[in-house]
Parts: sequence; structure tokens; C-alpha cells
Amino acid sequence: MKTKLFGPTTIAALATLGLGSLPVMAQSPIKIGFVSTFSGPQAAIGEDMRRSVELAKEHLGGKMGGKPFEIIYEDDTFKPDVGKARSEKLVLQDKVDFIGGYIWSNVLLASLKTVTDEGNTILVSANAGPSQIAGELCNKNFFSTSWQNDQTPMAMGEYLNTKGVKSLYLVGPNYAAGKDMLAGVKRTYKGTIVNEDFTKWPDQLDFSAELAKIAAAKPDGIFIFYPGAHGVQFVKQWAQSGLNKTVPLYQVFSIDAITLPQQGDLALGTLGAQEWVNDLPNEQNKRYVADFKKKHNVYPSYYGAQSYDAIMLMASAADALKGDLSNKDKVRAEMKKANFKSLRGDFKYNTNQFPIQNFYIQEAVKDAGGMMTVKTIATAVKDAKDPYYEKCPMK
Amino acid sequence: MDYLLIQMLNGVQLGLLMFLLAAGLTLTFGIMDLVNLAHGSLYMMGAYIAWTLIGLTDSFVLGALLALPVTFLLGIAVEVVVMRRLYARDHLDQVLATFGLILFFNELVRAVWGPAGKSIAVPALLSHTVEILPGVLYPAYRFAIIVVGALVALFLAWLVARTRLGMLIRAGASNRRMIGALGVNIELLFSLVFGLGAVFAGLAGLMAAPISSVKIGMGDDILILALVIIVIGGIGSIKGAFVAAMVVGQIDIVGRAFLPDFLKTFMAPAAASSAAPAISQVLVYVLMAGVLVWRPTGLFGQRN
Repeated sequence: MKTKLFGPTTIAALATLGLGSLPVMAQSPIKIGFVSTFSGPQAAIGEDMRRSVELAKEHLGGKMGGKPFEIIYEDDTFKPDVGKARSEKLVLQDKVDFIGGYIWSNVLLASLKTVTDEGNTILVSANAGPSQIAGELCNKNFFSTSWQNDQTPMAMGEYLNTKGVKSLYLVGPNYAAGKDMLAGVKRTYKGTIVNEDFTKWPDQLDFSAELAKIAAAKPDGIFIFYPGAHGVQFVKQWAQSGLNKTVPLYQVFSIDAITLPQQGDLALGTLGAQEWVNDLPNEQNKRYVADFKKKHNVYPSYYGAQSYDAIMLMASAADALKGDLSNKDKVRAEMKKANFKSLRGDFKYNTNQFPIQNFYIQEAVKDAGGMMTVKTIATAVKDAKDPYYEKCPMK
Repeated sequence: MDYLLIQMLNGVQLGLLMFLLAAGLTLTFGIMDLVNLAHGSLYMMGAYIAWTLIGLTDSFVLGALLALPVTFLLGIAVEVVVMRRLYARDHLDQVLATFGLILFFNELVRAVWGPAGKSIAVPALLSHTVEILPGVLYPAYRFAIIVVGALVALFLAWLVARTRLGMLIRAGASNRRMIGALGVNIELLFSLVFGLGAVFAGLAGLMAAPISSVKIGMGDDILILALVIIVIGGIGSIKGAFVAAMVVGQIDIVGRAFLPDFLKTFMAPAAASSAAPAISQVLVYVLMAGVLVWRPTGLFGQRN
């Protein structure tokens, strides 16, 4: 039997679809787009973020401002052009109220204008914090629940000064965040910078050439920034080269809940800086970490904590406005108050809408059950502002 | 001096990995006149198969050894099912079909092993360093790659120069029709050569896995370099592939280790680090162009 292309059932179906899409404002849920990396070698980070977003949804009872909300996840596949296209789809096709996520600075920079300017949609970065967006590209529709890239390494630099590390060899990937991170540590570190190497991102996973240079240079310490899968490789190769016995490794974003299961004992005792650690002693954080561990049997990472905070920030605005998000000025004004229980403890927004917050020094250790994790050992800086906010025209 | 030696060894190690990939490619191209873009997929499959077998056997060496016959059988299967139909077709058809195979294998891996990459740990036995000269330390695993790569190169040299199979391979590289006319079982020879190429590609993939990562499309980037190597070395020549791979390995390491520091004397570090690999990549292609002008059939290619 042949099916006619426009039979009566098809027309009926089309008609129902048409009716269904008519705006029914009262019941329509709040829509949140979430862009992250869900495939490829860095998918573990995206998965940690998704789990935390789902946990935030559960803790909120599936509602913000009295309305149900739905989350549409999009995979940037670790590529700026794909991230931009997915963001565009969320803004134009799904017409979301907020977009959150973004692990990578280069993906965020590619997507920013599409979302904030062309789409007039509020974007909450749950990780990436490129210097440009903190400074001249700052945007009223952009909020961060993470940090500006320079800040974490700046905190590390401060700590290395107090620890008396005399010389440092810097290695990082050659893209927006890598440049910010190495620039950041140089802002505060007062010892000698022996050399700085940038490696091809994301292709280069073999660091033999760089490690041989480090061995020849004999610095007091190595500073690295290699997120996710790259951090796993760097730490392994650092240990294989024998340098782990002679040159200590100091890191940002390279040894965390995502990478530790694979780095294992090799990472034991290494120090890093972070604005959030799983043992920060506030009530909301205890609940988040405990619930996350119960569900997934692993520790959450800062990627997840920042994603949880991103959803809570959106919810704080929706709650204050009783679910009416039609007036963007009001939404932005509410978000600027940062009136929610952040997992890192309370913070205030700076003029460029990046948090003013503390940074901690964490050490890689084994927990009571023998699982690798990180614990806070010191506060590196308090109420830190990023170094670019004065370049931001917003006051 | 020590530093120079270590960087040169890094170049040799990379060169040997590329040689393993290029050896199979140059044999299939030279003897069967087959352009096989899917050779990089066999490299990837070698790594994934090894990952699974290492997980099952709980031993790197055992898993890796078992992965080799499996990749050999996979190579034979690919040859029988797909490649055999392509020998009589022109190169464009072969490029299209083998490109299709790349997509097929990438999706197969996504379906079987999932989209996230896998990682193979360096075996505990080799996760220390060896003292190659007094006071000069080198990672044992990388040293093992050099040893295995060199052994395979010697084995191939012996196979091609001293055995009957090698004689047929050499004869096939110079004149395929003639050896067919002399009553040699071409079908069997082709299957064997293809399977052998698959084993070497798989071996390169599984040895590279602990120092990079096992991921979808991992063979696609290195394939381009392998193609350049066989063109420089001369299509069909194992010796050519070896020499070219060594040269390309050294150029790559110069681009990563020495050029950035030189460029940093007058450029910003980030700019120098972007420029150096680009320059070394360009150097590889300049070398290829130079060789093609000087000897159009490559360094050790058959001249017709």
C-alpha cells in the first residue's frame, strides 16, 4: 500500500503540532541551554557538569520561580565552531531563557556575541573565563560562576612566593586560556621564570620534548595548566621521565576529580590552586558533595560545582521575580546580587560580573577509603578581583 | 650534549612509530597499487583492540601480543571484503572507498567503545627511567618503543631481502603483472601483505597509546605524515620509508624542541610556540617537494 505524502493523518498531525507550539505563557517552563563537551577525550568533564546540573535540578525540586524548568544539553565536541553553532541553535530555535556551561575559553569566545548580543540571552559561564570578557569585551548579559583565567594561577604564584620556590618552568597549551594562565602566574610570582613553553592545543599529548628541556634547565618547580585528558598525560609523562623525583609539579586545573582516577598515586602530594574544594566547610557544599558521591561513587570537581552554582544563580533571579523573566533588565539586576548559596560560600559580583572570591591551595591525597582526592591546605588569597575589571566599560 | 641526545632519541622514537605506519602503507601502495587512506584506521583499531585485551588479560605485554594477531585477521578481513574489489579500479575510486572505511571505523569505534577516549597505562615494568649514558636518563617506555621499532625494521629488512616472500614483494613492487603471469598466487600474496601492513599499523597504534591517548580519529592526523614519508622515501621501498621516517622524526623534534627557543629570542613566547610547529611542518613539505624535483619517484623508488 502506498502512503500519500499529505494524507489526512499527516495534515491532522501537522495541525496538532501547530497548535502545540502556540504560546501558552502561564504553563510554559523556563528553558535553560547548557553547552559543554559530551563526546571525545574530554567528555568526562562534560559528564561531571551534567551530573551537577541534574543534582541542582533535584535540589530545586525541578522548579525555579514557581515554574518547572527544563535543561537542553548541547555538545560542543571540543570545537569552537561547533560550540557557536550549538549556541545559536539554543538561542534561535529553542529560545532559551538562559545559557550556561562552556568549559573552553576558545569555545566561549566564539559563542559569546551570538548569545549575548544577537540573541540578547543571558549567558552564565560555568568554567571558561577568558581575559577579553573580563576586560574590554565585558557584557551585561554575561555572568561567571567560575573565575577569570588569570586568577587561579595568580593565587598559585602568591603561594609559591611564600613557599620560597626560587625558579619556575612554565608549560601550557597554546590557546586563549593557556596564554591567560601563564600570564597569570607571571603577574604574582616573584622568582625567576626559567622558560615558558606553549604546546599545540589540543593535538599535542606527547610532552617528551618539553620534559627533556625541563630536565636540562633544572628549575625549582614546574608550573602547568593542562585540563582534563591532557593533565593525565602530562602527569604520567612527568613521572615516567623521572622528574617527579627531582622537580616538583605545581598546577592549576590539571589534577582534579576528573583526572585523579587516572593519575592515581603519581599525583600524590602535588599542589594546586582552586576557588572551590570539595571539603569547603559550608552546609550547601557538604550536601552537594555527599549527594553527588552517593549517586556516582566519585568526587565532584570544580567544573561540577561551578555548574551547580550557575543553575542556582539562574534560580535566584527567577525566584526573586516569581518566574517572570520577560524583563531582562530586572533579571540582570537580580543576578548581579549573587543572592544564592554558592558552594564556595557567599561572594559578590565585580563590575564586570565576575566573582570577587577566595582562592585556596589544595593537595592531592588519598581519602579514608583509599580514593584519590584533593583537600584544602591553605587560603592563598582573599576576596580577589581579576586584573582586567578596570578595562570593562560597565560600572 | 645530554639534552641534544635526549631530543634526538625523542625524534628517533617518533620516527620509528611513523615508520611502522608507513611500512604497511608503502607496501600496499607499491605492490598492490592501492591508495589506502584507511591505514590510519588500522592504527586506531590496533590501539582499541589492545585496550580491550589489556583489560581482559590484566597485562600490557600479553594484551599487546594478543592484539597483533587480531589486527592481522582484521587486516585480512578488510582486504577480502573491501580492498579486493578495488585493485582493478582507478585511484579516485580507491580514495573514495577507503575514505568511506575511515568513517565506518570511526563510527564502529563510537558504537563499540563509546565516544570518550580510552587510556592505556604504561606497564609498571617500564614506568621508570633507564640510564642510557652515565647521568643521562631516558623514560624506559620510550626506550622500549625504540627497541621494538628497530627490531621490526630489522625484521622487515630481512623479510624483504632474504626470504621468498620478500622476493615476491620486491618483484610485485616493480612489476605486478609479470609475477602474476609467472604463476604466483597474487591473491594470497596481497592478503598477506595487507595483513602484515595492518599488524605494523596496529603495533604503532598500541605502542603510541600510552604516550598519547586512544581516541576516535587518532590515526587520521598521523596518516598524512605517513603518506608524505612514503612519497619522500619512494613508493614501495621499505628502506625509503625508514630513511624518510627518521628524517621527518628529527625535523619534528627540531620544530618542537629547538626552534621555539630560537624564535623566542625575537618573538613573544606564545607566538614563537605557534610559529615553530608550523615552520617544521612546512619544512617537511618543502623536503617532499625538493625530493620530488630531484628524484620524482622518491629517494629509493623504482624508476620506470
